[in-house]
Amino acid sequence: MSFRSIWRKLDNAFYALTERRRTKRQEKLIEKKSGQLEFASQWQLIRWKFARHKLAMFALGVMTMLFLMAIFAEFVAPYNPRAFREDFATAPPQRPRLYCPEEGRWYARPFVYPIVRDFDEDTWAVTFEEDRSEKLFIRLFVRGSTYRLMNIAFLESDLRLFGVEDGVISLMGNDTRGRDLFSRIVFGARISLSVGLLGIAISFVIGIIMGGISGYFGGTVDVVIQRIIEAIKAIPTIPLWMALSVALPIHWPLLRVYFFVVLILSIIGWTGVARVVRGKFLSLRTEDFVKAAELDGASNWRLIWRYMLPSFYSYVIARLTLEVPSMILGETALSFLGLGLQPPAISWGVLLQDAQHVRVMANAPWLLIPGVFVFVAILTFNFVGDGLRDAADPYSNV
Amino acid sequence: MGEFIVRRLLLMIPTLIIVSSIAFFVIQAPPGDFVSAHAARLEERGQDVDRAVLEAMRARYGLDQPIHVQYFRWVRNMLRGDLGVSFDWNAPVTAVIARRIPNSILISLVSFLYVYIVAIPIGMLSAVRQYSLADYFFTFVAFIGLGIPNFLFALVVLWLVFSATGSVMIGLFSTEYVDAAWSWSRLLDMARHIWIPALIVGTEGTAKIVRVMRANLLDELQKPYVMVARAKGLPQARVNYKYPFRIAVNPVVSTIGWTLPSLVTGEMLVSLVLGLPTLAPVFFRSLQMQDMYLAGGIVFVLTFLTLIGTLVSDILLGWIDPRIRFSSM
Repeated sequence: MSFRSIWRKLDNAFYALTERRRTKRQEKLIEKKSGQLEFASQWQLIRWKFARHKLAMFALGVMTMLFLMAIFAEFVAPYNPRAFREDFATAPPQRPRLYCPEEGRWYARPFVYPIVRDFDEDTWAVTFEEDRSEKLFIRLFVRGSTYRLMNIAFLESDLRLFGVEDGVISLMGNDTRGRDLFSRIVFGARISLSVGLLGIAISFVIGIIMGGISGYFGGTVDVVIQRIIEAIKAIPTIPLWMALSVALPIHWPLLRVYFFVVLILSIIGWTGVARVVRGKFLSLRTEDFVKAAELDGASNWRLIWRYMLPSFYSYVIARLTLEVPSMILGETALSFLGLGLQPPAISWGVLLQDAQHVRVMANAPWLLIPGVFVFVAILTFNFVGDGLRDAADPYSNV
Repeated sequence: MGEFIVRRLLLMIPTLIIVSSIAFFVIQAPPGDFVSAHAARLEERGQDVDRAVLEAMRARYGLDQPIHVQYFRWVRNMLRGDLGVSFDWNAPVTAVIARRIPNSILISLVSFLYVYIVAIPIGMLSAVRQYSLADYFFTFVAFIGLGIPNFLFALVVLWLVFSATGSVMIGLFSTEYVDAAWSWSRLLDMARHIWIPALIVGTEGTAKIVRVMRANLLDELQKPYVMVARAKGLPQARVNYKYPFRIAVNPVVSTIGWTLPSLVTGEMLVSLVLGLPTLAPVFFRSLQMQDMYLAGGIVFVLTFLTLIGTLVSDILLGWIDPRIRFSSM
């Protein structure tokens, strides 16, 4: 049998398999349609349509986990992200196991082997090995070092989501200064994810104002704003961001640098929103309900906020979700190059700075793990954004 | 058509004014002017700094003038092909840029070609055979391409090359060709190296265009005229090729406007990670040294080239599709 015919058979079988699922889903939808669709509110319709988007639903779940991880970072991370063990610099990750080959038996509770440091007499190289004689069982809700949740005084605790007793667990290895990489990634999520959210919040405000002025008043203002948007869009993002971020003084406190990095990222981000808002304003101006309100004597302000904005902000929010990945990427790239946030700040980009030197990375490939989180975050925002965009217009081929 | 081109060219003038002011802002953004940065550097090296010399430099470059005068001065010089002097390189900015920019353009161009040559057929295949194994496969690959930041991809490639060969040199040329004059064999040698960065730079763009192409074609394939053509007895392949393909490609051509800036961005990051001799390391160094005339000049030149690229694509699009030529009149 030739390759071609095998492929064809496989392809047909696959198509048939997925086809059955597709039709089943369609039938379910029609069932629902006949009953409730006519009485559903717009939000219900949006929810239903979003729920049909399986990938988006899955991504939403992953996204929720990422955000929970960022919010409760102190609780999720087994260690303080700044605590270091000099002797255990670039110690490898410990693999959670259920099977112990020495004893030849399975355990119900996952465990790791402790890492021991060794010193090669001949090469003077430090090596790390698993000590197979001992088992550290992973337990939930372990007491560890004390912390204050989100830096709020009365939320002091020493309870951690997971950990081991009498020993150290490092699921993703240690960084070049012997700090637990997993804990650092968990804390890095705070900055890396909030940059995206704060960035689009700023973009949203600027975009709505500029796009609104442009679309509502039209004329010369419109032409000028459109030119500005076009010019900004033509500028390659990273070079501009890089150039602007060197203007941030080095002695600034972390929080201010963070805020300005977000502001720099938003300089380009607002243009997308402004375009969408302008387009919507232009098309809405000719709608009957707007005309009616206008003839009724509604002021410009009231027309915009009471009548026009509510009819498309769901769509704008969906579009904004699609802008988040570029913000996260921008922060990561800038910090990675050493132009954005600097250590001691912890973000995924700052963590990746460790991986800059290929010789270091080749010995400790786990230093790339923060990149995996960036990858996952970007994909989830893309999927959720796609799902939202399709759902935001619930009346299109429901 | 001539009128369309003229109008498009005129539209570029305000855009260029805005872009040049942004580039000028970049030059002005760091605290202190470059003369004081220069003085600080001299002091660091332990050299004496003469106040009078500094003042003379300020006067020569017009730094004692108000900001808008400085801007017009900068623009006027730019129109004469003078972007100022790079202190770090002790050479005109244009000369520094001209030496490195061919490599940057080449990488961007190769990845540009790669993006469209690969993405359009894959998008078509995915749409025509929707829900097939190939469609799922390519959609999956495209998702990965969409999610992986190009500098991270470059890091991974660097790591793989390092662990396979023990060398961190990817470079654009083999060692014997690095300083050689341009010749056929040098070009061939470059072609053997350039595909790695071009592939990395192009991944994200390819992923996006595959999705655009697939969505466009799926929309188009559902339209009644396709059904009519099939009902008339035209073979499916012929229908596809004659009508929906051509219509679905048009919006893809208009994506050139955003792929070009993103390719330039990608080229910069990837070159930095892989250590390629393009404009990127020069730019990075100019930022670290606060050599702002060079930095601003690079931002401006890169944007200018992107605008030219977009202009060419717009003219092409107007030429392919008369609706665009006339709609914006």
